Amino acid sequence: MSSNWKKILAALLSGLIFGLGLAVSGLANPDNVLQFLVLSSDWSPALLFVMGAGILVSIAGYKWVLHRGPVLEDKLQLPSNNKLDRSLLTGAAIFGVGWGFAGFCPGPAIVGLSTGMAEPFVFVAALIVGSQIQRLASSS
Amino acid sequence: MITDKYLMATAGGALIGTASVMLLWLNGRVAGVSGILNGSFSRKWSETSWRIAFLVGLIAGGLLYQWITGAPLIERSDFPTWMTVVAGLLVGYGTRLGNGCTSGHGVCGVSRLSMRSIAATITFVLVGMLVATGISKVIS
Repeated sequence: MSSNWKKILAALLSGLIFGLGLAVSGLANPDNVLQFLVLSSDWSPALLFVMGAGILVSIAGYKWVLHRGPVLEDKLQLPSNNKLDRSLLTGAAIFGVGWGFAGFCPGPAIVGLSTGMAEPFVFVAALIVGSQIQRLASSS
Repeated sequence: MITDKYLMATAGGALIGTASVMLLWLNGRVAGVSGILNGSFSRKWSETSWRIAFLVGLIAGGLLYQWITGAPLIERSDFPTWMTVVAGLLVGYGTRLGNGCTSGHGVCGVSRLSMRSIAATITFVLVGMLVATGISKVIS
């Protein structure tokens, strides 16, 4: 099997586990996300448990991977930029507005396509359009 | 039932962490969904193929969950479409400008102790809470 096919299979399996994790955690349901984002008597910290468990597993696993390097690539492709700049914070804030608006972020919305419901399809289409608008705005 | 919810949140988070470690270990890549989605529009097959496979995996994970549990992923069906569109546009624009979303910054980046990701995560969580809480006050 060619190396590219191995990478495709690895990504497929990783995506499957990732999607299953989002579904199991309850984060694929925007109502649960809003229960964390809306500060009310109904507030639930469940999202912190999802992120906390994900981060703990990743910290341990990343340490191990950073030590031994990747299997199907020559080297790890990690973001090299470590400057806090205005576009990072503006982008994160704009993302936060959209997230608070509907309770959807990219991962759960794509997992949500599996329901066949209209809402995640509309969201993902708008997501792609919004991203393309940013790309065109920044390249002009 | 309440402990059940946190147990599922933790188990789901651990699966998400496992998937992100797997992608870094095998393919040397960060499991950031917005970046993977944006990069899947490239013209080079070696760049798009694993990304598309990861996205297909996400959807398959959602299908698998629904098939095993028989439970719905998304419960609401009356969410205003215009709000979904606005939210999607903002999330698409913001995640591209800020180079990441809940997965790339919130799980992968925070786990690498990247200052950029930690700052972005604090920003989108706080802004998301502010907006979601504000909207719920206006509606009620």
